[in-house]
Amino acid sequence: MQFFGGSEISPSPPTPAATGAGNNAHMIYLFNRNGVCLLYREWNRPLHTLNPQQDHKLMFGLLFSLKSLAAKMDPTSADKGNLGVPQLPGQGCSFHSFRTNTYKLSFMETPSGIKFILVTNPRTGDLRETLKYIYNLYVEYVAKNPLYSPGTPIR
Amino acid sequence: MPPAAPRSGEAIFSSVDRVNAELFTLTYGAIVRQLLNDLEEVEEVNKQLDQMGYNIGIRLIDEFLAKSNVSRCVDFKETAEMIAKVGFKMFLGVTASVTKWDADGSCCSIVLEENPLVDFVELPDTCQGLYYCNILSGVIRGALEMVAMKTEVTWIRDMLRGDDAYELQVKLLSQLPEEYPYKDDE
Repeated sequence: MQFFGGSEISPSPPTPAATGAGNNAHMIYLFNRNGVCLLYREWNRPLHTLNPQQDHKLMFGLLFSLKSLAAKMDPTSADKGNLGVPQLPGQGCSFHSFRTNTYKLSFMETPSGIKFILVTNPRTGDLRETLKYIYNLYVEYVAKNPLYSPGTPIR
Repeated sequence: MPPAAPRSGEAIFSSVDRVNAELFTLTYGAIVRQLLNDLEEVEEVNKQLDQMGYNIGIRLIDEFLAKSNVSRCVDFKETAEMIAKVGFKMFLGVTASVTKWDADGSCCSIVLEENPLVDFVELPDTCQGLYYCNILSGVIRGALEMVAMKTEVTWIRDMLRGDDAYELQVKLLSQLPEEYPYKDDE
């Protein structure tokens, strides 16, 4: 996969087994549980409609609501609270991607509330392993960095 | 592709980089010694160790989650088992056991038979109130706070004070559900 070419993270990821050829990611977002956007990088974004703050808020709000909705509509889960009741991070089922005709958005949330979002072209396969790999990188280079204060954007 | 199964503490412990156990023990001993010199009050040192542990815990939790591949624990019982079996094994190389559950499952004791932090250590008479391993209680408190559980962690038994094992009591105070952080009108 090509998409780490533009960022400063040095080790290159392993190629996941089933992905389409010639994948390039469009954007990556990383949020913490309070909605602070820790990382945003774009490699291929022809259209900017909102300023960055609004864009981050929109993205966070979208995912928060989608996750909540997905958990409430789960046909296999026994416990169903009312819609709008906040849930613990990671509890219940969580959606992992959605696809439109122009892009695919993949999402992963850790029990500690860190959310990874990757926007790629629609032909991309399942990116869950990739997102896990990114989480490992985050742990190695960000969580273990003594100069990084948790909750602030990553430089 | 189905998600990968959680890995056991043994497997992770053997796959991460390790430091020499004696180096670790002696470094920790040096830190406590320095804190005692700087702060002089045993209570202050206890608090400082707890705070240091808290700062470690909030970062450690991400490493734990990433390496051990666990999904969300269903209840506090599972959480305590995870800490004792996977967490302690992964980071310190020792296995702890969970005992003394109370009636509603919100309070338990984690018992450590051996503790690498206290090899070669003896408490002198001047520092009898010192919780030498207080950093561990801070780590657990910090880590659990990042997964939305407010806890209180205290030492029940301490081998340096003459008991036969190390026992930590972990009490769940509350669970904090996720809230939408932005105001609705913006």
